[in-house]
Order: sequence, then C-alpha cells, then structure tokens
Amino acid sequence: MGAVILPLAASLAAAQVPAPPAGPQATPAPQAPRFLVVLDAAHGGDDPGGPLGSQPEKAFTLALSVRLRSLLGARGIQVLTTRESDATLDVNRRAEIANHANAQACLSLHASMTGSGVHVFASALAPAAATRFPAWKTAQAAWVTRSLALAGVINSTLQQAGLTVTLGRTALPAVDSMTCPALAIEVAPDRSTGVNPADSFSDPAYQARIAEALAAALLEWKTEVRQP
Amino acid sequence: MISRFHTALFTVLLVASVVMGGLLWRQLDRAHQRLLQGEDSAPTQAPQVAPAEQATLLVANDADNSLLTQVETLPLPQDPGARARLILGKLLDLYAAPDAAHPVPGGATSIAQVFLLPASALPGDPKLNESRPASAAASATGPLLAVVNFTGAFAASHPSGLETENLTLQSISGTLHANLPRVTEVRFLVDGQARATLAGHADLTGTYLAADAAPTEGTHP
Repeated sequence: MGAVILPLAASLAAAQVPAPPAGPQATPAPQAPRFLVVLDAAHGGDDPGGPLGSQPEKAFTLALSVRLRSLLGARGIQVLTTRESDATLDVNRRAEIANHANAQACLSLHASMTGSGVHVFASALAPAAATRFPAWKTAQAAWVTRSLALAGVINSTLQQAGLTVTLGRTALPAVDSMTCPALAIEVAPDRSTGVNPADSFSDPAYQARIAEALAAALLEWKTEVRQP
Repeated sequence: MISRFHTALFTVLLVASVVMGGLLWRQLDRAHQRLLQGEDSAPTQAPQVAPAEQATLLVANDADNSLLTQVETLPLPQDPGARARLILGKLLDLYAAPDAAHPVPGGATSIAQVFLLPASALPGDPKLNESRPASAAASATGPLLAVVNFTGAFAASHPSGLETENLTLQSISGTLHANLPRVTEVRFLVDGQARATLAGHADLTGTYLAADAAPTEGTHP
C-alpha cells in the first residue's frame, strides 16, 4: 500500500513544483561551478584516537564534523562527511570518499591534549606535477601547493577569531592520498584562559568558536576558488 | 601386594624426580637472571671512559611546533650505532623531564636499538663528505639509513596527536642528521616490527628524510 502511496505523493508534489518560465526570455543562468567540502572526522569505531579528558578523540571529531557541516550548509556550501556515526573507517576509504567527491577542500579533523589552539597541517610531500595516474600514497603531491594556500586562508581566519594557530607539515596517510586541497586540522586545548586543558573539549563555546572560524575560512576559500 | 623392593624403587625415583625438578628450576632461574643482567648491561648509559664530546640535539617544543638546537656535552663512544643511541637517549631524557616543553615519558631506555645501514641512492649531500670516526660502518662513504627501534612501552605511553607525534619523529631524525650527517633517511620500528603509526597519527610506514627536520625558530607565519 505504501509503495503505491509514495509514488503518488511524489508525483503530486512534483506537479505542485512551479515549472520554469518558458519563452525566449528564459535563458538559463550561468551555472556556478560546484563547491564541495569533504569533512573527515578522524578515528571512529574500533579506533578511539587519543584521550581528551572525559571523551575519546573520535567523539570530539564527530561532534565537530556535525557542527561544521551544519554551519557550512547554512552558508550554502555542499558538504560530504566521511562518517556520521561511530563507525570504523579505513584511512584508504576516507581518501576514496574524498577523491570520488572531487571536492574543493578536504579537512581531516583531529584533536589532541598537547599544544594549544588549532594545529593546521598540510602534507609533507614535496609538490609535484599532476599526472593522469598518480601513485595512491603520494597523490596529494600534485595538490600540495593548493593545500598550502588553503592553510594560509584558514590560518588567517582562525587568527582573526582570536585563536592560537600553529602551522606544520606532516605525513598522514589519509591526507597524502587525497586529490583535493587537503589539510589536517588538530584542535588542542585553549590554554589562554587558564582553565583545565581537558575541559576545553567539553566546552561547547570553544567548539563553536572553532567551527565558526573554520566555516568562515571555507567561505573565504570558496570566494578565492571562484575568482578567475 | 606391592613388594618392598618396588616401594623402595618408587621412593628413590620420586626423590630423584623432585631433586631433578629443583635443579631444573634453579638452572632456569639462573638463566633468567643472566638474561636480565644482559639487558641491564646494554649501553643505555655512556661509558665514562669515552671522551666527552659535544652533541647537537634538536629539541621539540609543543607550544609553537618548533625544533630548537641545543648543544650537550656527554661521553660518546666511537661506534656510530652506539653513538646514535646515546645521543637519542639524551634527547628522550630531556623529554621525560618534568618540565619538558615536549613531554614524552620513557627516557633513554625507550630506544632499544639504532641500526645504521647503507641508504638507497639519494642526491649527494655536501655534509656526507665530512670525516667521521673510523669504524666498519663509518668507513664507507655513502649515505646511511638509520633504523630506530622503539620499545613497545614507549609507543604505548607516547601522547596521541598529530603535532606531538610528528615532533618526536622530526626531532629524532634531525638530531641523527645533525650528529651523523651521513644519516639521510630514518625508519622507525616498534619492538622490531613495522607499525602503522606511533600513537595513532604519525605515519611509521614510510621513510623520513633526516635533512628535512631542520631547526626552526617556530612555524608561526
């Protein structure tokens, strides 16, 4: 019965959708290139990541991913997440998801009790020319220059938000295999306030501040990507 | 009916078994003690007979993701492998100190071995021509691959995080290159086995280029 009702309802809904205006004036608007962001909440399932006070790293990264996805969606940015639940995901699968999406920015979200503020890491691979069939483990080499440009934008925006930022390069298998401007974002405690570092991760205001700054940075990156 | 002869024989055999068991247990205990003494005698401490020399350490700082050069004077043996292990031991002792800027528990005993092997062909490095102490490994002229074998306890207790794990590996690679310039590549093992990551993040499957870990004054833009 339901199988009958649903198509009927769908067809009724489709009938109520206003048809595009016809006629010579109805020239299609120029289609803006799609801007898609991939958010990879690191760890998950059997891999809890490092301990962050009362919660494991996998829980924090998932919460940050969900929050950031909502903020980006509200800004009209398409988002693809590698996981939406506490699921085990191989690093190669994460890179596969990002590479199939053909995204303009890929962020691998991490968290750590060491350091302070936000650590922004690009791949340590040396820049290389793009090839038709890049090696899986070094696919990011052709994108490192763009990744460093994205790191610059994120660094600038996070600092404007009053966050301590540390830039670096690292060898991270998931990022090294991504064919998009890709960065690893590691959230560390806010040590400027003098509160217990572990409490930073359970502070919704701190998480919101970082997510807002990252969303603003990606909005700025979208503008840069679309500039000729 | 069991004869007296059989009873006596059984008793003798039983006593002999107990005595032999005791002897075996004692021998096993002695062998275990000898093994433990052998581990303790591994050169984790610099022999005092060696002349004191200056060693350059690249010390990590979590606060700004930097590696800062620090010169230490310590007695160093001539053998490059033992020399490398002692220098890295000193570096890890700094990290195990209570007020360390890059706190990592474990100290010098965290490095089980350092092996120096001929590296794959790499572009020439002018530092490679510097003279080094004469020994079997040092007499060769080509670049070296250092294989650093961590103990499992070190990997298990290392703080988890991209920055902290990366800094540990970079500071070890940079320190090796600073003191043994022929070391151009570094690989890391844990308990003699290849491992995916150090503590969940930093990749241990690849080879690190030692010269890339140059000291910086901080990486803030």
